Amino acid sequence: MNKESISNLTRGIIRENPIFVMMLGMCPTLGVSTSGINGLGMGLATAFVLILSNVFISAVKNLIPDIIRIPSFIVIIASFVTVIEMLMQAYLPTLYQALGIYIPLIVVNCIILGRAEAFASKNSVWQSFLDGVGMGLGFTIALTILGTIREILGNGSVFGWSFVGEDAHPMLLFIMPPGAFLALAGIIIVVNKFRGVK
Amino acid sequence: MDYLMIFITAIFVNNIILSQFLGICPFLGVSKRISTAIGMGFAVMFVMTLATVVTFLIYYTFLQPYQLKFMTTVTFILVIASLVQMVELVIKKTSPALYQSLGIFLPLITTNCAVLGIAILTIQKNYTLLAGICYTLASAMGFTLAIVIFAGIRERLERTDIPQALKGTPIVLISAALLSMAFMGFAGISY
Repeated sequence: MNKESISNLTRGIIRENPIFVMMLGMCPTLGVSTSGINGLGMGLATAFVLILSNVFISAVKNLIPDIIRIPSFIVIIASFVTVIEMLMQAYLPTLYQALGIYIPLIVVNCIILGRAEAFASKNSVWQSFLDGVGMGLGFTIALTILGTIREILGNGSVFGWSFVGEDAHPMLLFIMPPGAFLALAGIIIVVNKFRGVK
Repeated sequence: MDYLMIFITAIFVNNIILSQFLGICPFLGVSKRISTAIGMGFAVMFVMTLATVVTFLIYYTFLQPYQLKFMTTVTFILVIASLVQMVELVIKKTSPALYQSLGIFLPLITTNCAVLGIAILTIQKNYTLLAGICYTLASAMGFTLAIVIFAGIRERLERTDIPQALKGTPIVLISAALLSMAFMGFAGISY
């Protein structure tokens, strides 16, 4: 793998992490990150759609007239979302229930359309694939971290495995809506510290 | 009575932004000034209501009778995207004044997940058309209420001395957390 490929692959994971740095795709981030499992599931579902749509769009980019570019991208993305929706409904019904409305809403996740427009419509299939994998992984990692932190603080468990006793009182606030904002704010403070942002 | 319940629940108890997390992007992005927040709120209210009515009719006249339910996501997002374009054209032609105030927000609404979210939720909750419209209007009002209050908070924040580490995104998220906590006080009303 040459330098450009490695850079495209790793960019999304740390340097331009979609959630912690770019602040894209906030709705599913805050909505489903109530536990590590949910965060991981949502992240993987989004990564799946992102990789496939990136590959597909870069493959057909020369066939799509410029003026109907965005609607075409949306149809392609929506088709892949429908695929993952049906797959999850069939094989992972519990996760499908837990993620609920946020699965069809992957369509309007700014990360996917953003990568299609900014990267896949200008680059080769292989580079777009790497970009999709990197961004998808970055999104999945961020969601899993956020979900795990909220689960530890709000539920006293890690990936469903409880480490506190029956009579413990975890900070319930963190698995409720305000906790989503608070936990993300905390993570971003730490991330900004390491990135040296003033 | 039912309609009143739907209305109050959608505005306060299950506020679309602060408890369902739909439409977070405009909530964080277009909330720096109260005037822009109000403009965005009304644009969303208009498009959302229109979108729910149209998607509702399409779902029950085409998708359900012909067993095409799996096409819901694809159809709805296409309908919403073209609807937004159409609304933009119509407003531009008929009322330049309205276009001046709402026009800049319309392109942003296509990717506002609140519009698609509410259209899908209306179907999932098995509402009638009237209940669906009521639910949508109330959700959009909840959106406007939250974004306008939040814009007010942010206008004040600009004049405060914020600790270095919290500047930028973190303080915005913490304010949103506090506002969301305040809205949780309404939770008792639902039953």
